Amino acid sequence: MTLSFTRRALAIAVGLMLASPSFAAERTLLNASYDPTRELYQEYNKAFAKYWKGKTGDDVAVRQSHAGSGGQSRAVIDGLRADVVTLALAYDIDVIAERAKALPVEWQSRLPHNSAPYTSTIVFLVRKGNPKAIKDWPDLVKPGVAVITPNPKTSGGARWNYLAAWGYALKANHNNPAAAERFVSQLYKNVPVLDSGARGSTITFTQRGLGDVYIAWENEAYLARDEFGADKFEVVTPSVSILAEPPVAVVDRVAERHKNRDLAEEYLKYLYAPEGQAIIAGHYYRPRDAGAAASAKVKLPAIELFTIDEVFGGWKKAQAEHFNDKGMFDKIYKP
Amino acid sequence: MTAAAARTSFWRKPSILPGFGLSMGFTLLYLSFIVLIPLAALILRAAGLSWDEFIGVVADPRALAAYRLSFGASFLAAAVNIVFGVLTAWVLVRYDFPLKRFVEGLVDLPFALPTAVAGIALTALFAENGWIGHILAQAGLKVAFTPLGVVIALVFIGLPFVVRTVQPVLQDLNKEVEEAAASLGANRFQTFRRVLLPAILPAALTGFALAFARALGEYGSVIFIAGNLPMKSEIVPLLIIIKLEQFDYAGAAAISVAMLAAAFVLLFMINLLQRWSRARIGAF
Amino acid sequence: MAATRALAAITESPKVRLALLLLALAYILFFLVLPVVVVFTEAFGRGFTYYVEAVSEPDAQAAIKLTLLVAAIAVPANVVFGVAASWAIAKFDFVGKSFLITLIDLPFSVSPVISGLIYVLMFGGHGLIGPWLDQHDIQIIYAVPGIVLATIFVTFPFVARELIPLMQEQGTEEEEAARSLGASGWQTFWRVTLPNIKWGLLYGVLLCNARAMGEFGAVSVVSGHIRGFTNTMPLHVEILYNEYNLPAAFAVASLLAFLALVTLVAKAILEWRYGHELAPVHH
Repeated sequence: MTLSFTRRALAIAVGLMLASPSFAAERTLLNASYDPTRELYQEYNKAFAKYWKGKTGDDVAVRQSHAGSGGQSRAVIDGLRADVVTLALAYDIDVIAERAKALPVEWQSRLPHNSAPYTSTIVFLVRKGNPKAIKDWPDLVKPGVAVITPNPKTSGGARWNYLAAWGYALKANHNNPAAAERFVSQLYKNVPVLDSGARGSTITFTQRGLGDVYIAWENEAYLARDEFGADKFEVVTPSVSILAEPPVAVVDRVAERHKNRDLAEEYLKYLYAPEGQAIIAGHYYRPRDAGAAASAKVKLPAIELFTIDEVFGGWKKAQAEHFNDKGMFDKIYKP
Repeated sequence: MTAAAARTSFWRKPSILPGFGLSMGFTLLYLSFIVLIPLAALILRAAGLSWDEFIGVVADPRALAAYRLSFGASFLAAAVNIVFGVLTAWVLVRYDFPLKRFVEGLVDLPFALPTAVAGIALTALFAENGWIGHILAQAGLKVAFTPLGVVIALVFIGLPFVVRTVQPVLQDLNKEVEEAAASLGANRFQTFRRVLLPAILPAALTGFALAFARALGEYGSVIFIAGNLPMKSEIVPLLIIIKLEQFDYAGAAAISVAMLAAAFVLLFMINLLQRWSRARIGAF
Repeated sequence: MAATRALAAITESPKVRLALLLLALAYILFFLVLPVVVVFTEAFGRGFTYYVEAVSEPDAQAAIKLTLLVAAIAVPANVVFGVAASWAIAKFDFVGKSFLITLIDLPFSVSPVISGLIYVLMFGGHGLIGPWLDQHDIQIIYAVPGIVLATIFVTFPFVARELIPLMQEQGTEEEEAARSLGASGWQTFWRVTLPNIKWGLLYGVLLCNARAMGEFGAVSVVSGHIRGFTNTMPLHVEILYNEYNLPAAFAVASLLAFLALVTLVAKAILEWRYGHELAPVHH
């Protein structure tokens, strides 16, 4: 009797361990996203579930995982079974295509606008009254200014931050790369901490009270201002910044394994629909749809933006030159 | 006698109790699958590096700064705990006071309270707007998000060890020795230094080493309260996580192996201390 | 007069006693009492209704269920192991016994972060058997099995380390007597050994369970942080904390703190009521 009990208990344990991890009968979809999109997708997932229910009659539960974009890319390659990835930059999805062969390398042409349903840019968040008088990029390299930005090795936003600074310095110095290197390494001398994701940096700046200026996603800067009050923080828009295009993609291998291709594709397409675009605009991202941008509660200011293709020759090149091991970032950042 | 039986008796003494094969087999199997093989995978991954690469990773300035912080803060925290732990054990064994049983039970809280909970609670207490933090801030002392915050978290984590190792020794201590010392004219402090201290020292040091070892690997409570600044307030376990997130598996594995080596040395020292401690107790 | 001096010299003066007592109590207050108080104060800071909502929203419920599920697998697994290991170690004499005990204690000296990392290096996409697992559609990392494994690792020694000294102290005479009276091996175990170790076993289970439900570092490495799915309670606390939702973070944390207090009370009762039936270290 005892033996059979032990055996049964073992069988249950093994069964639990091998069972594909689904608790409910409804359809589920996993979206692995970057750090600051938590609030966006919380709202969007509800809207999409309603839309999907109306369209097909099926319930859908979208699950979210958030971390630094590079860290998420690593996790997906290491086996995080995300049906869709919505990351901070194209390179992080390219890596999944190349290393794990989980989606075709030409994934970016599958959806409109290079698979980026919205754009964003990089701005500054400063403390109320702007005590260090930070107006533009050159103010960040002044001595005694502590700059908060995440770790470019793990965070997508941090890479945009870095490239925005680099692009500014090129423009200000007649495209002289040596001058840009000097400028950016000066800037990182003012960085006391590198969190692994943008959300960690937001907490560092707002809750831990470290730093004078936080180089942030535009959406994250406005969200923090809303969350903690305009009496505590101000958003400063620099003279020039980078056009960030956070892309989305179905991870084919996972979606097919979960028999979720239809659902995953519709989930991403709906981001481009008017409802999706309106939600995007409501969270301070810049929607592709001009109508959604116009009806948003906050008009985001016009900024002179440069693209990564113009200035850096695309993500692949930028990643290899600046962020890979022994690249420019390793050269200039000596903590 | 068959060859098998002869072999059995070489490895173990014969017994009429059954189940050695089953229990030992299961023990070894489970131990191998859960502990030994995964740890071997770690060492294997680190072994993928050449010796120079390995040294380059584990002796990189950022890693060195992390060791300094982890070892330094763990040492300081264990030092605080050895002083206050002996004091607490003394008070619990020798004095009577209200709520004694409550305090007695509470000492083990750090064993039972999840580290993440401890982390956010200590951060809330010691942040500049926290109950303790705002008092300290007036004195110009910042705790949360500084290396001092790391020490605070590690004091919490290691608190029970010294109390729990010293308490039984104090309980077993023969009062006659103290009386003899007193009747020979020793004052209370001399009795403490010459008689009590040597008696509890091995146990206190064992507690110190246990608290130190536990603090060295601690992650959950520290990351909330530490500033996590590279070179300043970044502990070794966090550095391992960062290496992993950056796709640097070999680097993460190499630093882990270095930490494991340190942990084994500590484990060995703790074994020696415990042996010494037992010998001491026997002598009294 | 000499007698009073001698008496004075084996206790401290009342002033010193008071000072030592207050110092020790201050240490306990600052490091143990206040952290618990702050958890409950912050948790109920926005009122009871908010608290109930925070701990009953679906993601929190999923985290609670997952935590219970993980403990429900990890604790029994370590109980079976602990009983088997202590039977082999305490009831038999064999070569390499102390080495085996050291190996069982090993997980206590490994940083929780490393405990998670080893499973990523085993079962992850770049791990030793990760690619094979992927081909066979078996998922361990970033799913429940990985969380269970990491939890088993960090709680590995609890039961064994409680039972080994206890069974060693009890010796083998009673079991040998039962055997010579014709009891089978299993009968001997169920009727003789188990009743002797039941309180020690419960004690080990208590500590094992507290750690299993509260583990953070190891689980964090293997979880993938999927809201409502692979987040245990401690991980959910961290997520809420990172979303600036401090009252909800403390609300979930208060459940864990409550569990810790219950564990301490149960432990104190066991030590007080059945102290002589626990491992010799607790007498």
